Amino acid sequence: MDATALLLSRIQFGFTISFHIIFPAFTIGLAAWLTVLEALHLRTGKQVYQVLFEFWLKIFGIAFGLGVVSGVVMGFQFGTNWSELSKMSGPIQGPLLSYETFTAFMLEASFFGILVFGRNRVRPGFYLFSVAMVALGTTLSAFWIMINNSWMQVPVGYVEQNGVFVPVDWLKIIFNQVAMVRFVHMLLAAYLTSAFCVAATGAWYALRNIHYAEARVMLRMGLFLAAVLLPVQLAFGHFVGDYVHDHQPAKFAAIEARWHDEQPASEVIIAIPDEATQSNRYEFKIPVLGSIIASMSTTSKEVGLTSFPPEDRPPVLIPFMTFRVMVGCGLIMLGLAWFGSWLIYRNRLQQTRWLLWGIFFSFPLPFIATLAGWYTAEIGRQPWVVYGVLRTAKAMTPFLTAHAAATTLILFAAVYAFIFSFGIYFIYRLLRAGPVGSLAAVPTGAVPNRPMSLADPTSVSQRHFVQPGE
Amino acid sequence: MVTFWVALLAISILIYLLLDGFDLGVGILSLLPNSEARRRAMLGAIAPFWDGNETWLVVAGVILWGAFPVVYATVLSAFYIPVIFMLLGLILRGVAFEFRNKSERSRWVWNLAFGGGSLVATFMQGVMVGSLVQGLPMINGEYAGGTFGWFSVFSVLCGIGLCLGYALLGACWLVRKCGGAVRDLARRQIPVLAIGVLLFLVTVFSHALLENLPILHRWIDRPYLFVFPAIGAGAACVLASSILRHDDYWPFHMVSLIFVMAFGTLALSFWPYMVPFAITIDEAAAPHSSLAFMFWGEGLFVFPLMLLYTATGFRVFKGKFTSAPGQY
Ligand code: HDD
Ligand code: HEM
Ligand code: HEM
Repeated sequence: MDATALLLSRIQFGFTISFHIIFPAFTIGLAAWLTVLEALHLRTGKQVYQVLFEFWLKIFGIAFGLGVVSGVVMGFQFGTNWSELSKMSGPIQGPLLSYETFTAFMLEASFFGILVFGRNRVRPGFYLFSVAMVALGTTLSAFWIMINNSWMQVPVGYVEQNGVFVPVDWLKIIFNQVAMVRFVHMLLAAYLTSAFCVAATGAWYALRNIHYAEARVMLRMGLFLAAVLLPVQLAFGHFVGDYVHDHQPAKFAAIEARWHDEQPASEVIIAIPDEATQSNRYEFKIPVLGSIIASMSTTSKEVGLTSFPPEDRPPVLIPFMTFRVMVGCGLIMLGLAWFGSWLIYRNRLQQTRWLLWGIFFSFPLPFIATLAGWYTAEIGRQPWVVYGVLRTAKAMTPFLTAHAAATTLILFAAVYAFIFSFGIYFIYRLLRAGPVGSLAAVPTGAVPNRPMSLADPTSVSQRHFVQPGE
Repeated sequence: MVTFWVALLAISILIYLLLDGFDLGVGILSLLPNSEARRRAMLGAIAPFWDGNETWLVVAGVILWGAFPVVYATVLSAFYIPVIFMLLGLILRGVAFEFRNKSERSRWVWNLAFGGGSLVATFMQGVMVGSLVQGLPMINGEYAGGTFGWFSVFSVLCGIGLCLGYALLGACWLVRKCGGAVRDLARRQIPVLAIGVLLFLVTVFSHALLENLPILHRWIDRPYLFVFPAIGAGAACVLASSILRHDDYWPFHMVSLIFVMAFGTLALSFWPYMVPFAITIDEAAAPHSSLAFMFWGEGLFVFPLMLLYTATGFRVFKGKFTSAPGQY
């Protein structure tokens, strides 16, 4: 085994999972929002909710499809690149992942067909139920995968026998505090992502003075939801930080760029950590705040990186920066959501064009925050793959060559770049056109199991638009 | 427990083989020169099914990881290149299916991606089966063949063979699902493909004899295995006669039966090994606590539901698709 194959495998895993998470981050929240829209439509009978539902369902279809194809790759990568890990942790990670596939696949696949195809075939109540089941499916999928990853971050409920991790307490593996807190943090991230994408679309139409009614609903729902969820998310971010503090002190020190033990500790707000000199350049820090954040005390002692042997230290620069990017995105979003909601409340958002522009351009923020959060969690966990038990370097397929890993990495990059650009282009086209007319019939061309068929131009052109007086 | 999970794994792989087999096969056939209308009808005949079909691959994959982690780790890492090419093929094919309809100028790219992706994915699957039959280079239960340990004349032959086999299955599906020119063309393709598969089987068998592959000894030890090829041969005869009678319904079922028999033959000649002659089922099985955890939830309850759903999907879309189904 050589070091470059290891590096390439890590890049490959990071690249493919980053590509994958972009789509779930969007679809998990969108599925829940579609459920809400459908319920509102049933309750109030207002056209605008149905128009919005049909419109976002098309976009959901494309994002969902790209999520599925990129997810299939993830399921096999553990075996191809990380065979030692798969062997050792298979008895724990395998069953968890199989539960994800069985439960999430069941719900998503069965009910997506009805979602796409069954509008006219089932009663409205059952249709709503199907939408809710798809949303539940995506949520369950996130649940199992967060359990899975949390076990790698803080392994519990197992014993090691003959180099294999044998599960002894499934309840502990599944329902432990770390996993629950992280699951909520991830779920909120997904909801925020959808909320901001919806609000940004609304802002876009409002700026172009089109689709007035829909834009209003999108702005209201998106911004209000974000305004409520953001403080909750920041609180859960703090809880997630607590687990890192308690279970992964080296990661915590890296996030804080704290090189030496301090008592009381100060909080580095911004700096450029330099691993060669083990110090920070251009540092700006606030005394005592570090202890308050970490331990809720003004006197606590906080460990620094140099208290760990060099081979157990994570990289510092990346987790330090990505953490600040995440928190920064969160704060900007908080400002936008609160200010925007306030203006809506005072009925002045339409006139405040600079804020509409701000909201429009904010849609990448939640994606960036989500990715940055994952980079903090995963790179900060190095050099361990199963924290404190199995090193990343030992987890790799022993005979994987740098050649093979480089070839596949280049291929993945090429293929993903190709399909990504087309996928985004098609989503952009749909968004640009916006919701048009009110829809009476579901396209006959759409069929279950083919999520993306919803977005075909052929089926759109077949739609039967309700004429006034019809 | 172990037996339960072996059985479930075998069932999942078999379902995958039959279901994704026909739609990958149609994908391969779509590479042949086709008019736009015919290609559209061909794709329409698999439109409602292919996505669900492919998920059985994920199902088989995660059962393997959860219940037999050692085999998952060994096989996937040994087949590094084939697995990744297969995945890339499946990705391209999946998105091409969808993007094709949204593009005008670039449609040929997606046609190529669809057919090419199907071909590559199938070929790689065949190569993997072939090299498992031949026996992977293993030392003390660890793979020891390097990046190209799976590559051999025999495994490449099997790759080609599987392409022919899936294409045959695909042609039978078209005969069953389509009418008019599409069906007639597919019916003419069936004898050619069937003869191709037959020739392939003969070649593989004589190659195996020449190389004296260890798997042959199984056959001498277990003569009852010959029941499977015998049933397969019977199915081949029914296939031939149904083609001559211009029957649209039976060819698909007969070719499926041949696939089931081939699968049964292989599975039983591997038994009790999972990676032939290196790792047995019992050696590979995960600890009891893992198997039991999977059994009481997904094995007992969710799996039957999944079967039910799959069956319902096929029932909803039963019968022939008339006139450009699915508006392709
Ligand atoms: C928090 C969310 C999340 C995260 C971190 C991951 N996934 Fe995922 N995944 C989903 C949320 C999700 C989803 C929302 O459930 C998807 C997206 C679209 C879909 O159909 O399901 C999905 C699809 C999806 C599929 C296709 C399922 C199908 O056939 O329907 C597979 C096999 C995986 N994922 C596997 C993985 C693996 C092995 C991951 C990590 C290493 C992973 N996912 C990370
Ligand atoms: C979806 C969001 C995720 C992102 C963006 C992400 C990102 C990354 C990155 C950047 C790396 C490379 C780290 C390095 O080597 O320095 C990595 C490694 C890894 N991650 Fe994740 N990850 C995510 C989720 C997961 C999940 C859910 C799991 C497991 C269930 C997981 C398991 C792994 C493994 C096995 C490695 C390779 C070994 C290692 O380098 O530690 N990741 N991930
Ligand atoms: C004050 C604000 C926030 C704090 C203090 C915070 C804290 C943290 C910490 C410490 C981690 C690393 C956890 C680990 O190592 O496992 C993390 C991860 C993460 N964060 Fe945040 N966060 C905040 C805001 C946000 C926002 C606004 C988003 C997205 C919209 C977000 C999304 C994520 C995601 C997706 C992860 C990776 C998943 C995980 O490890 O749980 N965070 N966060």
